[in-house]
Amino acid sequence: MEFARREAPYIRPNVGVGSMMLQVLAALIPAALAHVWYFGPGFLFNLIIATAFCVGSETLMMRARGRDPMVALSDYSAIVTAALLAFALPSLTPWWVTATGALFAIVVAKHLYGGLGFNVFNPAMVGYVVILVAYPMEMNLWVAPRMGDIDYISLSVLQTIKYTLTGSLPDALTFDAISRATPLDAMQSGLRNMRTYAEVRTNPMMGDFGGRGWEWISNFFAFGGAWLLVKKIIRWQIPTGVLLGLLIPAGLFYIISPGSNASPGFHLFSGATILCAFFIATDPVSAATSPKGRFVYGCGIGFLIFAIRKWGSFADGVAFAVLMMNMATPAIDYITRPHIVGHSRRSDKP
Amino acid sequence: MSAPTYDLGKLHGGLRLQAHKAASTAEPILQIPIPDQLVLPITQHAGDPAQPIVGIGEHVLKGQLIAEIDGSLGAPVHASSSGTVVAIEPWPVSRRHGENAPCIVIECDGEDRPTDAADALADWSTLLPGILLKKILQGGIVGLGGAVFPTAQKLMEAITCDPDYLILNGVECEPYISCDDMLMREYTHEVLGGARILLHALELDTCYIAVESDKPAALRRLGEVLAELDDDRLVLKQVPTIYPSGGEDQLVQLVAGREVPTGGLPTDVGCLVQNVGTAAAIYDWVVHNEPLISRITTVTGDGVERPVNVEARLGTTIADIVEYVGGYTEHAQQLIIGGPMTGKSVTSDRVPVVKATNCILVMSEAPTIGDEMPCIRCGDCAAVCPVQLMPQQLFWYACADDEAKMRSHGLTDCIECGCCDLVCPSHIPLTADFRTAKARIRELADEKSRAERARQRFEARNERIEKEKQVRDDELANQKASARQAGADAIAEIMKRKQQQDEDQ
Repeated sequence: MEFARREAPYIRPNVGVGSMMLQVLAALIPAALAHVWYFGPGFLFNLIIATAFCVGSETLMMRARGRDPMVALSDYSAIVTAALLAFALPSLTPWWVTATGALFAIVVAKHLYGGLGFNVFNPAMVGYVVILVAYPMEMNLWVAPRMGDIDYISLSVLQTIKYTLTGSLPDALTFDAISRATPLDAMQSGLRNMRTYAEVRTNPMMGDFGGRGWEWISNFFAFGGAWLLVKKIIRWQIPTGVLLGLLIPAGLFYIISPGSNASPGFHLFSGATILCAFFIATDPVSAATSPKGRFVYGCGIGFLIFAIRKWGSFADGVAFAVLMMNMATPAIDYITRPHIVGHSRRSDKP
Repeated sequence: MSAPTYDLGKLHGGLRLQAHKAASTAEPILQIPIPDQLVLPITQHAGDPAQPIVGIGEHVLKGQLIAEIDGSLGAPVHASSSGTVVAIEPWPVSRRHGENAPCIVIECDGEDRPTDAADALADWSTLLPGILLKKILQGGIVGLGGAVFPTAQKLMEAITCDPDYLILNGVECEPYISCDDMLMREYTHEVLGGARILLHALELDTCYIAVESDKPAALRRLGEVLAELDDDRLVLKQVPTIYPSGGEDQLVQLVAGREVPTGGLPTDVGCLVQNVGTAAAIYDWVVHNEPLISRITTVTGDGVERPVNVEARLGTTIADIVEYVGGYTEHAQQLIIGGPMTGKSVTSDRVPVVKATNCILVMSEAPTIGDEMPCIRCGDCAAVCPVQLMPQQLFWYACADDEAKMRSHGLTDCIECGCCDLVCPSHIPLTADFRTAKARIRELADEKSRAERARQRFEARNERIEKEKQVRDDELANQKASARQAGADAIAEIMKRKQQQDEDQ
């Protein structure tokens, strides 16, 4: 009898990139619902626009590179990029801003570098930084969260759609009436204007640790992240590194001078800290890959977030911190190679 | 009694695989009758081929030497039953490289007449180790775990290293394979007897018998017989069920807590590992004077009607065995000699059972769940690698054909266990790629040594030419010098003569 010839091993894996990405998306759902609850339906429109442009540009780029678009689309990585970008945007964002970010993320940061697996930089963060620099005014239009303050004004679904499509607000409203500084903005400018941390915290938008609403979205990110850890989609090194890299310097400065520095808890529950620790920094392609290297990479991101928030000109530093550590990845991987069994421990490093 | 102990070293990574062993261990070992024809490859071991010493048409007896080695690395081959040699010709065998290999084909007469056991040994415990080793060398015994390294040579090398422990490998961590499990259950005395012979031959006083925790029946039986023997040199160790804890170097790490150095052997860290089957074969040869002419092998997989362990004469073809145990099912799509992680895929069931054949696995093809995708550097492969390599990085360097980086990232330390393949979400055939890359490294090393030889030849030639030129130049200079000297002498002579003439006048 004749048989087929194959190469060992003959058992096939039962995991796939597609299922990994789907689980990442699933882990984002609680935070997405919280986002809609606190900041209105704008998030959903941003997500739809980002997804459409990410998937569309991925299809076109695969065609242009002479490959089957279905191969790239079936891994759902473009949708994860779109989702991360949508979480980074203010809930009220005109569509062209979102589209620019999505196109930059997929076309430039991903496919011009060779597609999934070859991108040096985190695509979503590249897209975000481009629009942050190109559209500073639109990117600063954060509405106040629900239960934030007394004169809370919310836009209806239709008004949100209209703004997203045209960039114009309803007649009676101005930007100033609906937008609020984010807690991080308020903290940074407050501290720089010689107000104390305790004074800034009296602002009604501040919650238990971070900003009201914001801290709850962070909780849901942490919840989703914990689930990913349990499912072993991500490993502990990067999240732990990011959190320690941020909390240790924040803690030290807060102990030395509690008046002029935000507390570690505020850093943790404000801005995109938790989103970054579990969902952005953990993008395996652009992160370091050795276990020790991942911890170092995470610590670097955490520290840079702190440094940018404290001394930089941006209120949150997540995107810049991630991109800077992306650059350091090859060196980190080279230096932190694990000990190979049977090699002498000293001669490991050439 | 030696109770199972748990003071074990640590193994990095590894996988808990579905065992698939229950089906083949449900019934006792089945004896396969002597087939009409036996096909015995002259190379069933690591090393040089043995030389046939029988001619076509010659009648041979069971246990008769039919191919021998003359001093080189290898193991002799014995006739598995009595009959007539009908051919010595290439035949399909299960090897990684090359389809066919020279085999001695014996037409059996069915009488199974043994040779006269003339040189049966006296009680082994009274013999000198050197004599025991020589006896083992003649038995054609090789490592039955799959590596088939000639046992006698392994023991001789081990003695020069003065090891601390003998480790008997009864781990059998690969899915589907259960021949060692059944051997330990049914031939417990032979296994432990073999261990005692080995201890005597090596002049050692500690033997760890390592058995995986998923073999309770074998553990119980070993415990019973150990209690009976009351030999405190033999210590039973239960190791966790994690693939690939049965790899030789991995087992040393687990049992002795020592890392086998890269490119080295377990004996470099004072350990000698022998498969339990090898120990039983040594016992049969030394005590009963039966050379290695049969072995236990697992016939299993969804491609056979009746998964079972069989004891077959070496040289029996897979087709004969499968037919005897009930034939193939409709799922018989691939035939693997060995386990599903490291076994060898063969295309024909005409291949014979040889000393290395621990499992005959007939399976349906695994459904493919998607094409190979780009590596996303998730690092799951590094997490399971028992040697702690970073397959994701090695894969990059293999793609880039960067020899220096492949070496510095330990490509040659890869044991090809296949764990990385199984966890890769991008379905990259990493193990196959690393096999190719290793071959490439060897090729590059060959190229380099060829180039080096050519360079040496070239330099030697230049040197020779230079030397010849030097010799010529020296000669010329000598000639010139002597000519000049001769001229000067002649002038002096003339002047002298002239002076004399002048004086005479």
